[in-house]
Amino acid sequence: MKKRKKDIVVKIAIYIPLVLLAVTIVYPFLWLICTSFKMESQIVTWPPVLFPRNATLNGYRSIWTRIPFLKYYWNSVVFAGGTTMIALLFDSMAGYAFARLNFKGKNFCFWIVLCTMMIPFQVIMIPLYMEEFKAGLIDTYAGLILPRAADAFGIFMMRQFFISLPKDLEEAGRIDGCHEFRIYYSIIVPLCKPVFATLGIFIFMGNWNELLYPMILTTSEEMKTLQAGIAQFMGKFTVEYGVLLAGACLVILPIMIAYMMAQKYFIQGIAMSGMKG
Amino acid sequence: MKSILKKISSYTNRSDRAGYFFIFPAMCILLIFMILPLAASIVFSVLKFDIMWNKVEFAGLENYIKAFRDARFLNALKNTFLYTAAVVPGEIILGLLTALAIYKNGKLHNFFRGVFFMPVVCSMTIIGIIWMFLLNPDIGTISWYLMQMGMKPVAFLKVPELALPTVIVVGIWKDFAFPMVIFMAALNNVPVSYYEAAEIDGAGSVAKFFRITLPSIMPSITFLIVTTLIKSFQVFDQVKVMTDGGPLRRTETVVQYIYIQGFENLNMGYASAVAEILFFIILVFSVVMFRRLQSGEEM
Repeated sequence: MKKRKKDIVVKIAIYIPLVLLAVTIVYPFLWLICTSFKMESQIVTWPPVLFPRNATLNGYRSIWTRIPFLKYYWNSVVFAGGTTMIALLFDSMAGYAFARLNFKGKNFCFWIVLCTMMIPFQVIMIPLYMEEFKAGLIDTYAGLILPRAADAFGIFMMRQFFISLPKDLEEAGRIDGCHEFRIYYSIIVPLCKPVFATLGIFIFMGNWNELLYPMILTTSEEMKTLQAGIAQFMGKFTVEYGVLLAGACLVILPIMIAYMMAQKYFIQGIAMSGMKG
Repeated sequence: MKSILKKISSYTNRSDRAGYFFIFPAMCILLIFMILPLAASIVFSVLKFDIMWNKVEFAGLENYIKAFRDARFLNALKNTFLYTAAVVPGEIILGLLTALAIYKNGKLHNFFRGVFFMPVVCSMTIIGIIWMFLLNPDIGTISWYLMQMGMKPVAFLKVPELALPTVIVVGIWKDFAFPMVIFMAALNNVPVSYYEAAEIDGAGSVAKFFRITLPSIMPSITFLIVTTLIKSFQVFDQVKVMTDGGPLRRTETVVQYIYIQGFENLNMGYASAVAEILFFIILVFSVVMFRRLQSGEEM
């Protein structure tokens, strides 16, 4: 009996802080959603109220006209989506080669790949900008997508995955005389679905949330992505909170929806990035 | 067309060529957009030039020396160090504590995990905007709670002494679930038999933790310290959005300073030198940390 009581006390001692912590996490998001539906007067009122009295869609209506929000959205979709698709292709091709093929200089090339993982973005951001400037890639989708079209982390993850596949998978194809790329897309790629899901989410999310990178490589209003656009908006229109917050909601909406639906993949991807060490 | 393809496929059938073909796109990207700029950055840092490439002078180590005499740079360095020194232990310890509380599988625990991880997937820009409002002394909820507790509202982000700690807390709040998730996987990998054997030997919870749990998750701790360190040194998003380096440059970080020098003041050579210094610091810390913790692992 005594042990039981102790167990319950311990459990409570653990759960109370957990619940409090959870409240601090949930509350800001709840606040964001509620406030995006409030009228301006309600947002700046004191004492602050959480739930809106007269819900309004004003913020959501105005955001599209206040700033080129639709353009920003489209840019983010093209950037994040395009990069993800191309990166999955290039990363898996490279990962496959490092895992299953043999060629001279393989280890040297892989070593180069690993080294790029250590390069912080800030070190290359200025030369990258100048490179793209000279090549006329500033303010273009290609300019945003290309530098991210392959990344060391993705190559590494794909390689680890391919190593874990049964050894003789390609043999059947080789005996039949298929050339390597055919083997790749007919046999190997269909098996990649779970890794593609995990890595794809990881890449998409990373690029959707990027601020500094698109901020540097785009100068015109037309080409800014959501994060850069909204960060800019904040400085200029500091009084239209409702509009700003409605915009903020719309920015995190796709990621949140994807997260709710595929939570497992998100967390798995992150955990996998930790297990590689 | 067919004959060209046949020619290509006659090449790609040889394993060597196949390998090169497959790594070609990725290697091109990495070489052109990462390795090349890295080399260029080093070259830029010893030059002085303006945006139009009109007066290119070799400046040797002048930019580097200038940096260490630059009070604004040293301030940014100090802020970045403080931020890192607080966020790395903060995130990891909080992550470990929560992981220990919820790592055993169960619906309730999955729920907590799902909730705690939400801020990780959001962009720092949005998180920064939300917290700016909540912390606002005039209309923010936090201020209201403070008043309920009998305190005066505080302008967290405008008071010089409080701005950096506030940014630090938000940083930890956002990302602690990352270490938490890694720890959860690591904790679940510790064989139950270890704990059972310890219990038979009469070990209490504390002993079990320090003798079994902690050593078993050492690799994850190492990984997290190194990665969080690297990430924290590069802090930019939250200070740009929440304080823009203020008040009085108390939250200005090195990356922000590089951005200002390179893209606002257009001192590209100098900015490159500062970037190289940052790179070097990150490299040194990572290697030192990694070595020390690895030798700890081997015990």
